[in-house]
Amino acid sequence: MMAQRDNMPSDTEATKPAVEQSVEEQPVEQAAAESRRPAGLGVVGWLRWGWRTLTSMRTALILLFLFALASIPGSIYPQRGVDPGQVARYFQDSPTAAKWLDRFWMFDVFSAPWFAAIYLLLFVSLAGCVLPRALLHVKEIRRKPPAAPRNLLRLPHGEAFEGDLTAEEAAKRLRRRRFRVVTGHDAVTGSDWVAAEKGYLRETGNLLFHVALLAILFAVGAGALYGYRGNVLVVEGDGFANAVAAYDRFMPGQQVSAESLQPFSFTLKDFEATYVAAGAKQGQPLDYSAKLSVQESPTSTPRDFDLKVNEPLDVDGTLTYLIGHGYAPTFKVTDGKGQVAYEGPVPCLAADQATYTSECVIKAPDAQPLQLGFLGRFLPTTVPNGDAWVSVFPGAVNPTVQIFPFGGDLGMRSGVPQSVYQLDTDGLKPLGKMSAQPKPLAVGDTLELADGTGKIQFTGVKEWISLQTTYDPGRLPALLAASAAVLGLVLSLTIRRRRVWVRVRDGKVTVGGLTRTEGSGAAFSAEFAEIVTMLREE
Amino acid sequence: MPTQVNQGLATLSDQLILVTVLLYLVAMIGFALELAFGRARTAAAAVATRRELVGARAGGGGGDVGGGDVGVDEASADAAGDTAGGGSRTEPEPAAWAVRAGGVAVVLTWIAWAGHLVGILARGLAADRWPWGNMYEFVVALCFAAVTTFLVVLMRRPIRFLGAFVTVTAALGLGFAVLFLHVQAGPVMPALHSYWIAIHVSAAIAASGLFTLAGVCAILYLIRHDGRPSVLPARADLERIAHSAIVIAFPIWTFAVIAGALWADRAWGRYWGWDPKEVWSFITWIVYAAYLHARATAGWRGRAAIIVSLVAFACLLFNLIGVNVFLSGLHSYADVPR
Repeated sequence: MMAQRDNMPSDTEATKPAVEQSVEEQPVEQAAAESRRPAGLGVVGWLRWGWRTLTSMRTALILLFLFALASIPGSIYPQRGVDPGQVARYFQDSPTAAKWLDRFWMFDVFSAPWFAAIYLLLFVSLAGCVLPRALLHVKEIRRKPPAAPRNLLRLPHGEAFEGDLTAEEAAKRLRRRRFRVVTGHDAVTGSDWVAAEKGYLRETGNLLFHVALLAILFAVGAGALYGYRGNVLVVEGDGFANAVAAYDRFMPGQQVSAESLQPFSFTLKDFEATYVAAGAKQGQPLDYSAKLSVQESPTSTPRDFDLKVNEPLDVDGTLTYLIGHGYAPTFKVTDGKGQVAYEGPVPCLAADQATYTSECVIKAPDAQPLQLGFLGRFLPTTVPNGDAWVSVFPGAVNPTVQIFPFGGDLGMRSGVPQSVYQLDTDGLKPLGKMSAQPKPLAVGDTLELADGTGKIQFTGVKEWISLQTTYDPGRLPALLAASAAVLGLVLSLTIRRRRVWVRVRDGKVTVGGLTRTEGSGAAFSAEFAEIVTMLREE
Repeated sequence: MPTQVNQGLATLSDQLILVTVLLYLVAMIGFALELAFGRARTAAAAVATRRELVGARAGGGGGDVGGGDVGVDEASADAAGDTAGGGSRTEPEPAAWAVRAGGVAVVLTWIAWAGHLVGILARGLAADRWPWGNMYEFVVALCFAAVTTFLVVLMRRPIRFLGAFVTVTAALGLGFAVLFLHVQAGPVMPALHSYWIAIHVSAAIAASGLFTLAGVCAILYLIRHDGRPSVLPARADLERIAHSAIVIAFPIWTFAVIAGALWADRAWGRYWGWDPKEVWSFITWIVYAAYLHARATAGWRGRAAIIVSLVAFACLLFNLIGVNVFLSGLHSYADVPR
């Protein structure tokens, strides 16, 4: 026989053997018995020992602590799944440490094998406890309340009174209070008794909670397999069609095929960010709003949609979220031969959230005779500050760009992928005299480059938004499971399992009661008093 | 979008919070006087009043598992109760003025609580939004939740001994918020424009208030030595209060985490993404779950379980405050002044 374990915070009685033993010492002995090395038991014995150890309460507790402990590095080190850019920066700043951390999956803690090992063991331990306990509970539910003990007044709650209450009447009244009731006759004492029990939902809730946790795990797993996530940056005036190739970064689940993507598309007509104009909170963002024209399928008519933070676009369960925004000034680069080498918007990354001073990289690989590259500093609201210029407000009130031109080889032919936000200056030389604070260009201004290598014109200001598209079929199941878990938790923590007995003989009625849930004695005495009053009523 | 801040109300709120800190401190002195000069209790005196069951055994079950152990749980309450027997109560009657000091302290705490409440409301009205949009407001609301929990429980249970510790915790928390976290009332980031702030943050605050009460009891448990006369109640009573508070708080915390996931699903495009705040609320949840399991297991009952609950409380505090100060993540609109 396998020992019953108590693996859940609840009634300790449901799984305890029916021996008269002090509670303090019993499970300790049990635990000791479990961890004792079985001598010469063979494979089956070892397996049984292993299973018992795994599903024991102590192991479950240790696994719980390990689970918590294992999550901590995930909050300390940048995670690839959350912010790959930061991980790359970590590798740049301290390569040796990063290499070693990476060997222990410190940048992918939540998909690390050792992390999976912990939660899988925990869930196996959980299942190994919940299943036998569920079977036991089913048996328990079908079983009748135990017969009345001999002396009801020795129970924690007991009272005697005189009255002509019959056992049938007591049973009826207890049933009305939603007790499960059996009646019987005691031949030795010649008395009729009623046994009543209530609060089975406690264990039901407990089991529901733990099963729901397993369900959450499966829902999350299913979402990861059949769902996908993608990021894309869209400049005002541009469009996006939901296809794998259109994404800047696409993270599909293993079971996702390119054809399964919802075929919607939209155009970003306009993006508006509003900021606090004056006062102590000047420059704090108030609202972001992206005006989209959405086509749910290639054949449907476009509709307008106002995309905001907290208000994603929902197309048949595929959700598109507004994640970030920035400026995309437009430029026209003309090379030394007088041909237009680049024309269009250049998304810039904000270096300072408070003023939205942004850094831009413009590459013109087709320029002749030299390839041209530019670093730019975009200032949304420019004011002179001594010999320098700074931005004082995130809104584009007086937008200018400071340009740092380079000429030579952009290094794009080597085949090594390059970030569009970085300029590889190895093969480049500054054009003209480099100053830390070049005179900013206003919209329409042109900068002539040194030695007749070309010119660059700042033609206008657009804004970009970054979007995340998510399809996760596990969302709804996870929510349902989580709700079930809360419901189960509330049931298992608030309901008391309690028993009441009534014994009737010659007009003398004794009532006894007890709660089988620890720490609920005080609350039960009130209920018990009510029950006695109810039984006393004529 | 509300951009105009009502300066009058904002100033009123700041002043009320200062007054509240002072009142909590005065109340703390009242509670402390009662503790110091009131009656000392022995462990036995507190426990002996509770009914103990000596192992009545119902017949019905027989060999059936779970049938014959009637009442074991009630009997298991506390070993101290069995050994100490009647208990020695030789202390003199407490001075009447000391008891009165405690009563005055309760009244003062209620007045301070009202000031605290109005301070929070004024802050919210000043900025025309829910008054927990940044770290300062969150800590102020947290202290409010802790005091509210204490006062509500006090109406039903004799836990006045906790008064000194709860008021000093609230005063310290508010003082910390006023000195280091205070920012002018104003609008919040677009990410916080959601009705979820009312649901998610309120649940987190309510649960944290209860956890704080449990944390205070747990610390007192470790200070208290049974068998020695003390102004504090017996360890078993402290343990029971801590446990009850956690039992109520745990589902609320679970709900807060789930509501957070629902909000994240609206705002960030995923319901769970291992953001530092998510990681630490998860850790907190796990350790509190471990506490509940530990307490249900006999070998861990008492001191070990209490220590687990304190570890969980430390995780909670780190999650509420530490994560915003030390780690960067999506929950970065706490607006902590640097």
